[in-house]
Amino acid sequence: MSDHASAPMPVPAPPAEGYSRREALVMGLFALAAAATTAGCSAADKLAYEEFVQKHFKDLSPEELKDRLAGMEKRYAEQYGKSVQVSATPPIPGTRFGYALDLSRCIGCRKCVYGCVEENNQSRDPQTHWITVLEMDKETGVNLQHADAYYDHETVPAPGKFYMPVACQHCDNPPCVKVCPVQATWMEPDGIVVIDYDWCIGCRCCISACPYGARRFNWGKPGIPTDELNPVTEYLGNRPRARGVVEKCSFCLQRVRKGLYPKCVEVCPVGARKFGNLLDPDSEIRYILENKRVFILKEELNTQPKFFYYYGL
Amino acid sequence: MRIVRLAVAGASAALLLTAACRPVQESGPRYGGALERAGKATAPGVAKSTAALFPVAPPPFSEGAFPCSECHGLTDKVDRTPHVVEFHDEIVLRHDEKNRWCLDCHDAVNRDKLHLADGRLIDFTESYRLCGQCHGPTLRNWEAGEHGKRTGSWSGAKQYLLCASCHSPHSPRFKPLKPLQPPLRQEAIR
Repeated sequence: MSDHASAPMPVPAPPAEGYSRREALVMGLFALAAAATTAGCSAADKLAYEEFVQKHFKDLSPEELKDRLAGMEKRYAEQYGKSVQVSATPPIPGTRFGYALDLSRCIGCRKCVYGCVEENNQSRDPQTHWITVLEMDKETGVNLQHADAYYDHETVPAPGKFYMPVACQHCDNPPCVKVCPVQATWMEPDGIVVIDYDWCIGCRCCISACPYGARRFNWGKPGIPTDELNPVTEYLGNRPRARGVVEKCSFCLQRVRKGLYPKCVEVCPVGARKFGNLLDPDSEIRYILENKRVFILKEELNTQPKFFYYYGL
Repeated sequence: MRIVRLAVAGASAALLLTAACRPVQESGPRYGGALERAGKATAPGVAKSTAALFPVAPPPFSEGAFPCSECHGLTDKVDRTPHVVEFHDEIVLRHDEKNRWCLDCHDAVNRDKLHLADGRLIDFTESYRLCGQCHGPTLRNWEAGEHGKRTGSWSGAKQYLLCASCHSPHSPRFKPLKPLQPPLRQEAIR
């Protein structure tokens, strides 16, 4: 026992003088890559190198961002055999997005679910849906313990039932952001909670932290048929994801930062979905917040969602 | 003065309409939301105009139904007592049918127009004014963007659906729909 106690503790080797662990690792890989190719680096190697050493989205200089966007476009073109546009549209100054959904109008038709899948390049196989439509009893009201997402009626609304679509609530105090160990998810100045899919390490802490079950993990390689791929994409929004990363609703960042309504608003057949700028006192969303019976989901958790449910009737 | 106002209203409505048809390319937010624009459009004097006040979707006419004047002449003799119209038998009135009939909304002389309770003629593109005579709070919410559906831009030009786009004026209750397929259960995803 005493021998064991006196044995020296294993100590990790100190980092090489003047280099961080990450830099040393990168240099090592670069040396390997250089050794593997006799004629130096080809264009493909350069792209692979860039992808490997790429920075966090927020640390990219404008030139580096341009390079990354071009690199991504090249990769997606190779992968899907069609031209894909990747942009990084900045937030519009003076905007804070909010969303309202009228529970007295929603009929549970799931048009929003599939409109979202198409717009935001969600995997068809294996299946990923950002929106879950919950069916609940009118008698008991909002009761998530007794909600059914798998209802399958001939027609909706079913008698005695009401419907509550749930997706990312874009909390102002987002627990998912707090728990991310690598800061791969954060809230943008316009209030949208985004994910850098290239920085996500797939630990799924955010999934367990989210009280709304809004985040999805790519357990398998996302499968999207080429002809169904939406080629207008955003870095922090609907660009195709890889296996092993987390994704979720981004308020259709690729649309709303160009002034358009989110896709789910446009496809809703009953006009139950409302979207706008919370900072604009004349917006539809402000009218609803000021005139209707509004509530937020799981208010007691102090997540401060910017997604509001209301009763229009 | 009145004519000038009308012209301005017409021009702005036309602008709104053309803007609604274009894909939106906005560099920044345009402050002054739906209410403000609606408020301007319904300023005193302008409300009396026949120009469309809101950029609305085309009225949902049945195939070949419009213009009504193709069949109904201006000088036709009209029986104004409520009765069942046999020709339009595909229309089943389920909208306060005990108290209302065709000519309470449709104009008896100019068949291509609707008329308000006081007899003023309005276009089908303005039918919300007719609906709002009974459904006042609903019209107010529609004008504010709470009731009904809008498409286009949250910050700028948008298109409003008419009341009649979702609620058949003859049978306004929203019809049930077939839901899209349920999500796969977790255990079925491979």
